[in-house]
Amino acid sequence: MSDSHIILEKVVYLRGQRCIFDEVSIEIPRGKIVAVMGPSGAGKTTLLKLIGGQIQPESGSVRVDGLEIPRLSRKQLFDVRKTMGMMFQSGALFSDLSVFENVAFPLRIHTNLPDDMIRDLVLLKLQSVGLRGARRLFPSELSGGMSRRVALARAIALDPEIIMYDEPFTGLDPIAMGVIVDLIKTLNSAYGTTSIIVSHDIPETAGIADIIYIISGGKVIGSGSPKELFEQDSPRVHQFIKGLPDGPVPFHYPADDYEEELMRVPDAERLF
Amino acid sequence: MLSRLRRIGQYSLVALATLGRAGHIWWQAIWRRPRLRNLPLLIRQIYQLGVLSVLIIAMSGFSIGAVLALQGYNQLVKYGSESALGLGVALVLVMEIGPVVSGLLFAGRAGSAVTAEIGLMKATEQLSSMEMMGVDPLQRIVAPRLWAGFIVMPILALMFSIIGIWGASLVGVDWLGVYEGAFWSAMQEGVDFRSHVLKGIIKSVVFGIVVTWIAVFQGYDTIPTSEGIAAATTRTVVYSAVAVLVLDFFLTLVMFNF
Repeated sequence: MSDSHIILEKVVYLRGQRCIFDEVSIEIPRGKIVAVMGPSGAGKTTLLKLIGGQIQPESGSVRVDGLEIPRLSRKQLFDVRKTMGMMFQSGALFSDLSVFENVAFPLRIHTNLPDDMIRDLVLLKLQSVGLRGARRLFPSELSGGMSRRVALARAIALDPEIIMYDEPFTGLDPIAMGVIVDLIKTLNSAYGTTSIIVSHDIPETAGIADIIYIISGGKVIGSGSPKELFEQDSPRVHQFIKGLPDGPVPFHYPADDYEEELMRVPDAERLF
Repeated sequence: MLSRLRRIGQYSLVALATLGRAGHIWWQAIWRRPRLRNLPLLIRQIYQLGVLSVLIIAMSGFSIGAVLALQGYNQLVKYGSESALGLGVALVLVMEIGPVVSGLLFAGRAGSAVTAEIGLMKATEQLSSMEMMGVDPLQRIVAPRLWAGFIVMPILALMFSIIGIWGASLVGVDWLGVYEGAFWSAMQEGVDFRSHVLKGIIKSVVFGIVVTWIAVFQGYDTIPTSEGIAAATTRTVVYSAVAVLVLDFFLTLVMFNF
């Protein structure tokens, strides 16, 4: 079997008139942590949806384990998805189920295991995210960091080969952030799962990723190990990594000339 | 002129596309054989849509039956034919008011709840995460609700009619003094199961399917923001109400041989 677990080749994706991806090619090796970074609105989450087959590319190919995702039937697609776990930014826990039942959900659906075995498995997964004690709570009673950890436990319930993390670090306090970073690292090294992190938090991501792709303006503008990227002198990559407000990626939304607009007679453009 | 024509074309294209999506969702959810393991989901929806609607159906049915008896008595007593009160009330309830009003109430009570619930599930990525777990939300979320509406609606409509008739008998017989024997025997004589009751049931089945279909689709197709969900919930109630009333006309036209 090839070394690459997931391959995107010249993927073009449009949303309305706007081009989100313009011939993007990304290779994700088996068992590695790969981060996809870029400014908000660069289509990072879209990328995960393409891999999961929730949306179809305009052209190009998306292959997971050699399977061409956009060509699969609904049934085949659902089978492939059983080998993927995804942690959503919001957690996306089922609000009518307890923490325990949320983690048990994929097991109950996809396996015929007896109840006591499901119980053991769920406790095992909850233990690994440190929330075994919270199993009777409901999603509305959890903090942001806790729901994300439950979501992670649910994502790994079926021991997937691929785990996708959608903005795992956004909006967490430093402790919760540290917990999640550790979990991602441990899951990857303990189970050898291929991990894809979509994020714009540079220090956390660079700390655990093996390979980073930077996407901006619909193109991959830089890729390599964190170290390589920090040393690169491409101005766009430099701006993103260093977090500079202005540079090749403009600070301002496209607009008319500033001075000219200020000097213009106001009632010509009907303020009311 | 040309631009107006173009706009009409645009609207019809959008409407057709929406109808196509709605039909697709309905078909995808309904055509597969329901699985036994999904039975608890169905029972839960029957509870949510049906059992929780019983109170509003009972109260409205009782009130409408009582009002029909009051007004009907007033008119009939002029011709000394108040003994036909039971027959009149029963026919009106079973054929028209039962199915139609319970359909409208069902849209307001259960339809809006279904839309809001599914819309919120979409907004909080629950549908998306279900899909990513290899579970088809059309099977797990949409199908049980559609089946529940189909099962529950005729029962609610019948309940509405029965309670309405009971309310009418309380007002007509016990209060206004219509002769009890005439009240019930005229009803027994005049109301036929196949030509009256069954047609009412068929109407309510159709309303049940249409209302839950609209509710489920509006929730599933909503723009996942707070405004989007609010608008979708409103649309569910408005479209359902219009659909029930318009369909009632055509069903009456077809079934009662005009």
